Amino acid sequence: METKYISKNGLNEWFSQIVKSGKRVYAPVEERGKVEFKKVQALSEVAEEYIQTTQSIKSAVFPRAEVLFSYEKENGQVKVEDFNPDTVKETVLWKVHPCDAAGFKPLTAIFNWDYTDKLYNAHLEKTTLVTFSCAKADKSCFCTSVNGGPGNTSGSDVLLTMLPDGGAIVEILTPKGEALVQLAASAFEDDKGEDKSKYLADVPLAFDLEEVRARLATAFDSPVWKEQSERCLGCGACAFVCPTCACFDIQEDAHGSKGKRIRCWDSCGFSLFTLHTSGHNPRAVQSQRWRQRILHKFSYMPDRLSVFGCTGCGRCSRACPVDMNILEHITSITKK
Amino acid sequence: MDKLREKAAALLADGTVTMVLGYEEGTNKPRPLFCHTAEQASKLVYSSQCINNLAVYLTKKEIMGAGKVAIIATIPTLRSILQLSVENQLNEDNLVVITVTDKDEVKQFANFAEIEAYIADFQLKLDGKEQEIITKLEGMSREERFKFWMEEMSHCFKCYACRAACPLCYCTKCIVEENRPQWINPWAAPLANMEWQINRAMHMAGRCTGCGACGDACPVGIPIHLLTRKMMEDLAPEFGFTPGQPSKNGNALSTWKADDKENFIR
Repeated sequence: METKYISKNGLNEWFSQIVKSGKRVYAPVEERGKVEFKKVQALSEVAEEYIQTTQSIKSAVFPRAEVLFSYEKENGQVKVEDFNPDTVKETVLWKVHPCDAAGFKPLTAIFNWDYTDKLYNAHLEKTTLVTFSCAKADKSCFCTSVNGGPGNTSGSDVLLTMLPDGGAIVEILTPKGEALVQLAASAFEDDKGEDKSKYLADVPLAFDLEEVRARLATAFDSPVWKEQSERCLGCGACAFVCPTCACFDIQEDAHGSKGKRIRCWDSCGFSLFTLHTSGHNPRAVQSQRWRQRILHKFSYMPDRLSVFGCTGCGRCSRACPVDMNILEHITSITKK
Repeated sequence: MDKLREKAAALLADGTVTMVLGYEEGTNKPRPLFCHTAEQASKLVYSSQCINNLAVYLTKKEIMGAGKVAIIATIPTLRSILQLSVENQLNEDNLVVITVTDKDEVKQFANFAEIEAYIADFQLKLDGKEQEIITKLEGMSREERFKFWMEEMSHCFKCYACRAACPLCYCTKCIVEENRPQWINPWAAPLANMEWQINRAMHMAGRCTGCGACGDACPVGIPIHLLTRKMMEDLAPEFGFTPGQPSKNGNALSTWKADDKENFIR
């Protein structure tokens, strides 16, 4: 871990060297009235004024749909072409927020829990995160209540905190981050000893995470789930914008004697998610699916994986068509 | 607002209804509220900011239960209620429909026929920005239109918020959930997304009442409501209905007449 300073011009130089190195660079871009991560070539394309991208950056390591393998049957022989990790390109995720970077910890825990997921790990290995501290937040943000913060370094390879002069404090956090810095070593200067906390957004503490966890341990049969979920429409918007939701479905794209097996995003909010072949559905109503969403993130994940499944990014609250505000719901659980 | 709260509280207090569906203040704008007690009715609000179409809840058995309920309906919600009624999805005796008039008066409808007479005075209008997109699309060649929608569809991640927010998407098993055979590829990819949306538009043909809930719900900002909206306007003269009003002659894609004017169908 080393701290340096980079000037505005230095940032431009570093960015162009990253692009020149042949790595793919994804950064927030404003388009169609939304800010989303997109492949970029120049720093000028990167969005400036926004709080949060609508979607998280998880698709960089866990794409919406990805081919696990393809197959072809010919003369009684089946030829299988497996996913090839060598086809994964070196990728830099630029201007990720600390709550998105923090999402990589639970994602990695899920994809390495009882099975080492070849695809996820191949993407992760070739991904470098250049995170930017948050100078602004909105009322959906609550990173500080879930072990994070606007200047948190968890999951990042490099953390930049922007300074009023257009330059930035650079925290180089991992060997991957160091390698990325080395692409333009001369663009970096000695640390000026600035205190980064002066430049961070104010995200007030909303609840005590351990208290939430303790309350949830006995809340399975609580009426709170029905009360909170009445307006929930049962769509997958919350899960799909979430930086840590990792549920997937496996589907077949079959065409006669050949085809592909595809992994695609799924959501516990869908009524079909737990529907058995028999017709029985253990989560038959939306209140049970909402309970699953909250318990998974705030109870089951810390129990099994030692990490919470929420980074406080607030995306689910912003994306929800009926304002299922997660911060409000979690806070109300601590007040019951 | 007080009159509305009083009305809702009275309906709950005297046991006329077991629940009142309305709106409460939300994070940035009003959101759906389910009042089970007269006390909860004090949270009710009503304004032009109330954009959720509450008719979507009327076909959810787990929410509605078996009792009589009241719904505080905006104009788009009233249109949806009528269409649901035409489709035999509502029991008129089990529903109290209330609206707030332009003069800020609380109005309770005696029956669905009264709703129909009431909404006839409200013309279905698109806002300027939406009309602009429709005009642009109308000026495009078929290839250009396909390109426009394919680009939009590339943003879709199949969260199905459009379906979930639509009062007329009440099927207990949606076509995308059919997997024997798998009619529509279930993963998110531009063409698979297009397949889904074309299917939805077809299923909505002649049924959509133009409330725009699907477009409002889309988290990635696809103007998906314009697809069903345009469909509605194109079909109306052909099938003899007025956009936004219930299609009493049956739905465009699910009716058949022995004396149909088209030869191919006879």
